[in-house]
Amino acid sequence: MAMNDVGRPTRLVAGTGAVAETFTGNKALMLEEPLLFERGSLDTSGVDLPAVPPVPDRLGGLARDAVIGLPGFSEPEAVRHYTRLSRQNYAIDLGIFPLGSCTMKHNPRLNEKMARLPGFADIHPLQPQSTVQGALELIDTLANWLMKLTGMPAVAMSPKAGAHGELCGMLAIRAALDAKNDPRRVVLVPESAHGTNPATAAFCGFSVENIPANARGRVDLDALLARLGPDVAAVMITNPNTCGLFEPDLKTIADAVHAAGGYVYCDGANFNAIVGRVRPGDLGVDAMHINLHKTFSTPHGGGGPGSGPVVLSAALAPFAPIPFVRKTAKGTLELVEEDTAGSASPDSFGRMVAFHGQMGMFVRALSYMMSHGADGLRQVAEDAVLNANYILTSLKDIYSAPFAASGPCMHEALFSDDFLDGTGLSTLDLAKAMIDEGFHPMTMYFPLVVHGAMLVEPTETESKANLDQLIGAMRHIATQMLADPDAWRAAPHFAPRRRLDETLAARKPVLGWKNQAA
Amino acid sequence: MSRLYTQDHEWVDVAGDVATVGITDYAQGQLGDVVFVDLPEAGRAVTKGGEAAVVESVKAASDVYAPVSGTVTEANPALTDDPALVNMAPEGDGWFFKLTLSDASELDGLMDKAAYDAFIASL
Repeated sequence: MAMNDVGRPTRLVAGTGAVAETFTGNKALMLEEPLLFERGSLDTSGVDLPAVPPVPDRLGGLARDAVIGLPGFSEPEAVRHYTRLSRQNYAIDLGIFPLGSCTMKHNPRLNEKMARLPGFADIHPLQPQSTVQGALELIDTLANWLMKLTGMPAVAMSPKAGAHGELCGMLAIRAALDAKNDPRRVVLVPESAHGTNPATAAFCGFSVENIPANARGRVDLDALLARLGPDVAAVMITNPNTCGLFEPDLKTIADAVHAAGGYVYCDGANFNAIVGRVRPGDLGVDAMHINLHKTFSTPHGGGGPGSGPVVLSAALAPFAPIPFVRKTAKGTLELVEEDTAGSASPDSFGRMVAFHGQMGMFVRALSYMMSHGADGLRQVAEDAVLNANYILTSLKDIYSAPFAASGPCMHEALFSDDFLDGTGLSTLDLAKAMIDEGFHPMTMYFPLVVHGAMLVEPTETESKANLDQLIGAMRHIATQMLADPDAWRAAPHFAPRRRLDETLAARKPVLGWKNQAA
Repeated sequence: MSRLYTQDHEWVDVAGDVATVGITDYAQGQLGDVVFVDLPEAGRAVTKGGEAAVVESVKAASDVYAPVSGTVTEANPALTDDPALVNMAPEGDGWFFKLTLSDASELDGLMDKAAYDAFIASL
């Protein structure tokens, strides 16, 4: 039989060697992409503009006479530039994002569909209120869900992120104190609280004092109770705290703070671990922000703006910021703003935002809540905690787990790099090695109370198969680091850029492009 | 006069009523590469244990506390241009600020070199 042996080869020909470099610098589908300024030309343009007709100079000599210096591109060039850059990015849509304290969960596409409904997407905040009754009802419905889930009687919807929510809560506390002519100005912040808490308190004119953590990673109750007194305005506590642990003494703390005349601010950034299971209102909390972009799945990071509504106790509710939505006698909805606040909200501390908050995020969050239902939200917390404990239990024989002995964690597993002692390697090297494995690294060197901390928050949206792959990679890295430390000092080996000089970048940041040729 | 140390890893040298303050070699090693130092202005009153400066490294920003109370007379101008001095010479050219002591008896509670070395060995 005659064989056709002149077609294209279908298998590797023996002796084919590796190529060290490519002409373009590209590595197959990993494309190098220069800055627009580096690749564009000032002489080209993607559009054909008509010649400018002669116009009288009304700029009084202020007209620019120098070249602006913006490079021009055709449409396909511009599209390719941004598409190529996007391929070098890592996103929750590509893989697990185990960034502790961030709750990087999947953003359901149903949320996006709802947010794009014209009745929500195409309205303007200055439209007559009679034409946006549906949007106002959505804000009101979301507010009711938030109050019900937290067991709190009021909520300020306008704060635009977590730290903005903290500011709202602390301004309400400040207003409540001022209304009583109470001069107390000390805010107690446990070491296990979020780092933004002391900054918020200081910004509101309070002086901050730290309360130490105990050996179990919780607030030192005795130290906190001993510090309470007539100068203490508030305690800012994070629950679950930044060690991923539940603060079981919060009710005791809140009762003592109230008895001493102070208020309790709870940082609700970690609400995902307890939503549907614990109502902060039952624990004596006076104010707590809720990160819609964490617990209720609205995009964050580079993907979208945050939203941080603040639930308030009866003691703080009168001081809530405007605007807010209320029902009129006719059954319609209206926004209480400056012109109507006088009778409705005489003690409001004022306005925090120009309009009414992050409407697009309200739609996404309510879409998430209603598609899960009350039972589904409870399961969110349960699965988030289960996933974190699966990671903790699967890694604690290799990784140092400083608080594993004190029992299960909540939504995030905390490790330290103590197990690398003697290798010369640390948390930073391990995080870089995670990049080689195709993962976004975990949160590192936070919380500060743990030396060389690694904080892993898987969220409930990762399957067991995904968790097993992450665990497998982390076990592989740790085992290899202990066996052959030197191989890991220069990780990542396979990323588009190797180990970057973070110190130089921080000490001498280059924040703008300069034409090197000029 | 010998150098004294705090549990928060500051050191203090005292000559007459002038104290020079910095952070220890152990502290700079824990912080990693220092990228920015926020120093107190001359004339500012600081109290023992109170926040006096901020040191920012690639890992974190940390408060530096005044080991003793007093009035700041001078901040180390070299740190503004070259924060790496804190890593290279933490207990020498990388000093943070000088102050005039308001209460010399506050020095009594601080550790000497041997006690500080034993303290960090226990961490």
